Amino acid sequence: MEIPYTVTARPDTGLWNAKVGIWLFLASEVMLFGGLFSAYVFLRLDAAPGDWPHGLLNVPVGTMNTAVLIASSVTVVLAWAALKMRQFTRYRIYMAITILCGVIFLVVKLAYEWPDKFKHFGVKIREDRLEKYEEYLGNKHASEKGLAPRRDISGHLHNQEALQDANVHEYEVQLDQINAAPTDPQSDRPHFWPLPRSEKIAHIEKEDVELATMFLPKHNTFFATYFTITGLHGAHVLGGVLVFCYMMLPASTRIYRRNPEHLANRVEVAGLFWHFVDLVWIFVFPLFYLL
Amino acid sequence: MDESHHDMVAVDPHAAPDEHGAHNVAKHVRKYLFIGAVLVTFTAITVWLSYVDFGTQKANVLVAMAVATFKAGLVAAIFMHLSNEKKLIYRILVFTAFFVLGLFFLTYLAWYDPVVR
Repeated sequence: MEIPYTVTARPDTGLWNAKVGIWLFLASEVMLFGGLFSAYVFLRLDAAPGDWPHGLLNVPVGTMNTAVLIASSVTVVLAWAALKMRQFTRYRIYMAITILCGVIFLVVKLAYEWPDKFKHFGVKIREDRLEKYEEYLGNKHASEKGLAPRRDISGHLHNQEALQDANVHEYEVQLDQINAAPTDPQSDRPHFWPLPRSEKIAHIEKEDVELATMFLPKHNTFFATYFTITGLHGAHVLGGVLVFCYMMLPASTRIYRRNPEHLANRVEVAGLFWHFVDLVWIFVFPLFYLL
Repeated sequence: MDESHHDMVAVDPHAAPDEHGAHNVAKHVRKYLFIGAVLVTFTAITVWLSYVDFGTQKANVLVAMAVATFKAGLVAAIFMHLSNEKKLIYRILVFTAFFVLGLFFLTYLAWYDPVVR
């Protein structure tokens, strides 16, 4: 059976069907991401003062990935334009660049940004033991400035076995700059280029700790929302890449040969989805990386 | 311009008419490139603005969201062709806007305290 109105407009709507379909789908997507962003707002407004971490993500890498996604949005619309002008070779080049950009984005996310967090260790000190770790927390200095006490100590965990072995009683942590020199305003300020880890090592007793995990979703609310939203967004990028790959296959060439407008419309619809994914990232990037 | 003749794929010349017109599309290509450059520039501006102290954290959030909304508007208007679309699409989006704003209004209500404030 031939699906009607894939190329010509339906008389009553004035649109070919897939266009109406994708916009209805995107409307539901707005609510999906809207719900998650709403949850983000809830959780962030409700966070205790000083409990929402800043500067934990790599800003240059995130900025680069944002630019990559914008570039792919440009190339997908150029691919569509090439089809409209019946330049099939050019269409394939733009499509290939779009796929490449999507893959770069995913590789950076899944092979660098996320694993980098999974390798990072952090503890939350029990409220009644904060004094003991004052040299890493700098809370006297913080209270003079009217800031809420800091409870987090993070860095590279030297003795990984401490996570599982109950006979190991302390964590050996090579400290992040912020804990190595907590009163130095230099280490406090958010940085564009991430500060290198210090050489300083801290021994933190397990019984002084309320929570000790790698930087996973369960580590804190920030990471829970970060992994959820960027994970769902990443799944969308993957979905888009797969659809674009299909549009490079011989099956799509045959559609072009039969009726180039049909393929152009398919690319337009997939492109609309892709632009939406770009649009979501435009909000994700400042909310998690910058603010 | 006449690149199609060099392409390996032959096209049925009687295929459905091109509603946008190849000529129109060619004119738009430069606009797409320009908008892409604007978006990258404003990404850099957002990053820069996040290191400027606007007094309170709330002010910084507002500034960043304003820039993001502007960028999202460009993507929607130009790349997604919303600046020139059929009525039905706008009708769908009016509903979307209504419900998503309603959702965020609920979020706002959860935070707003009419007695203390």
